[in-house]
Amino acid sequence: MNNTPPLLSDQQMASFVARGFLRLDAVVPDAINQQFLQEAGQVAQPAPGRKLRHAYAGLLAASGIPEVAPGTPLAEAYPRESAVWRLLALPVVQGAIRSLVGEDPVFDHHFLHVTFPPAYHEAGGSENVSQHTHQDSTVDARRAFDVQIMYYPHAVTRPMGGTRFVPGTHLRKVSEVAIGRYQNIRGQQHMVCEAGTLLFLHHGLWHGGGVNLSDRTRTMFKIRIQPSGSQRRGWDTTERAAPEPQRPIFFVKTAQKPDTVAAILTTPEPWFEQDTSRLEYVNRIKLWRYLADDPAFDADYWMTRLENETGAR
Amino acid sequence: MGERRQKVLVLYLANSALDSPVVAWAQYDGAGERRHMSGDSDEPPYATGVGALTDGWRLFQASQLLPHARGEEHDLAYLKYEFFFERWVETP
Repeated sequence: MNNTPPLLSDQQMASFVARGFLRLDAVVPDAINQQFLQEAGQVAQPAPGRKLRHAYAGLLAASGIPEVAPGTPLAEAYPRESAVWRLLALPVVQGAIRSLVGEDPVFDHHFLHVTFPPAYHEAGGSENVSQHTHQDSTVDARRAFDVQIMYYPHAVTRPMGGTRFVPGTHLRKVSEVAIGRYQNIRGQQHMVCEAGTLLFLHHGLWHGGGVNLSDRTRTMFKIRIQPSGSQRRGWDTTERAAPEPQRPIFFVKTAQKPDTVAAILTTPEPWFEQDTSRLEYVNRIKLWRYLADDPAFDADYWMTRLENETGAR
Repeated sequence: MGERRQKVLVLYLANSALDSPVVAWAQYDGAGERRHMSGDSDEPPYATGVGALTDGWRLFQASQLLPHARGEEHDLAYLKYEFFFERWVETP
């Protein structure tokens, strides 16, 4: 019997390396979604003068989701048969986790994000605005990466705000909300999804909570996990094609295949500056080399050109 | 006669030329006519920096071009081509 969960493909991994996210729509069964919402608990109804932070503190204190110490093995972080334990045991989730962070990941932290509709802000006297765009944690110079699993236990509509994220920003080394001035970025996405959707983010991906203009609270649960060992070749590498020759660039006579690793790693995002887009490719290639354990890998000759010092020897 | 208030427009362009495309943007309204916030629009207010000039915005600051530190030539962080514009309006 094969107990290997469905691992990510070369193309899915290359897309994660290039864009910093993996979206799995409606993969969590509704029974788990309902169990999660019950365990998470209900926010008290808005009341005149009640500050949002008080409603939030009450929710966290009463929630059935446990407090967990960072560094705990993920497999031990949640009680058996709890909603999050069942979610993490889904083969599709196991496969994504193993592909992205390797075996036996470690729990870093989690949080129950609740975004409140206008009635709560009016009652509590706070302004209903979106969250500034930021990168989580702090300046992180590692090549290794953590993954943040964003779980949407109920359907999210556009008026509910949804998580805003900017594909391809994860390899930039910035300091948390220092990027808050970037209100809008070409290519930004807003999570509109069915219940049970998961969004796996590279820890560096720029994101923020959208403003909730609907008439109900929006709930998202985030779990940050870290590798405990190698992140190399954790995905499905059984059908890897032979290395392809470097593709000609600029002067090209025939259409090139769009789904090769090289093509995926050199696909720009709408916000890319013209010169730094090439540095984005360089950094994507470096990350792919690390994950594929292939220090000679290149895409479209970007690294080979920079590493050619034969004339200087 | 009312008082004057400043509106600020920040454009991030695709290169250091003012006529290059807008890749990111922000607005702040000192007149309080509109509360701009993160994620409130997916299309930029102008196609290029020159578009803002021709619509009456006044450029008052542009980011410098800085050399790349040795050993960090491939590192990327903040958006490079930042241009600040202003417009003054009379309040009622």
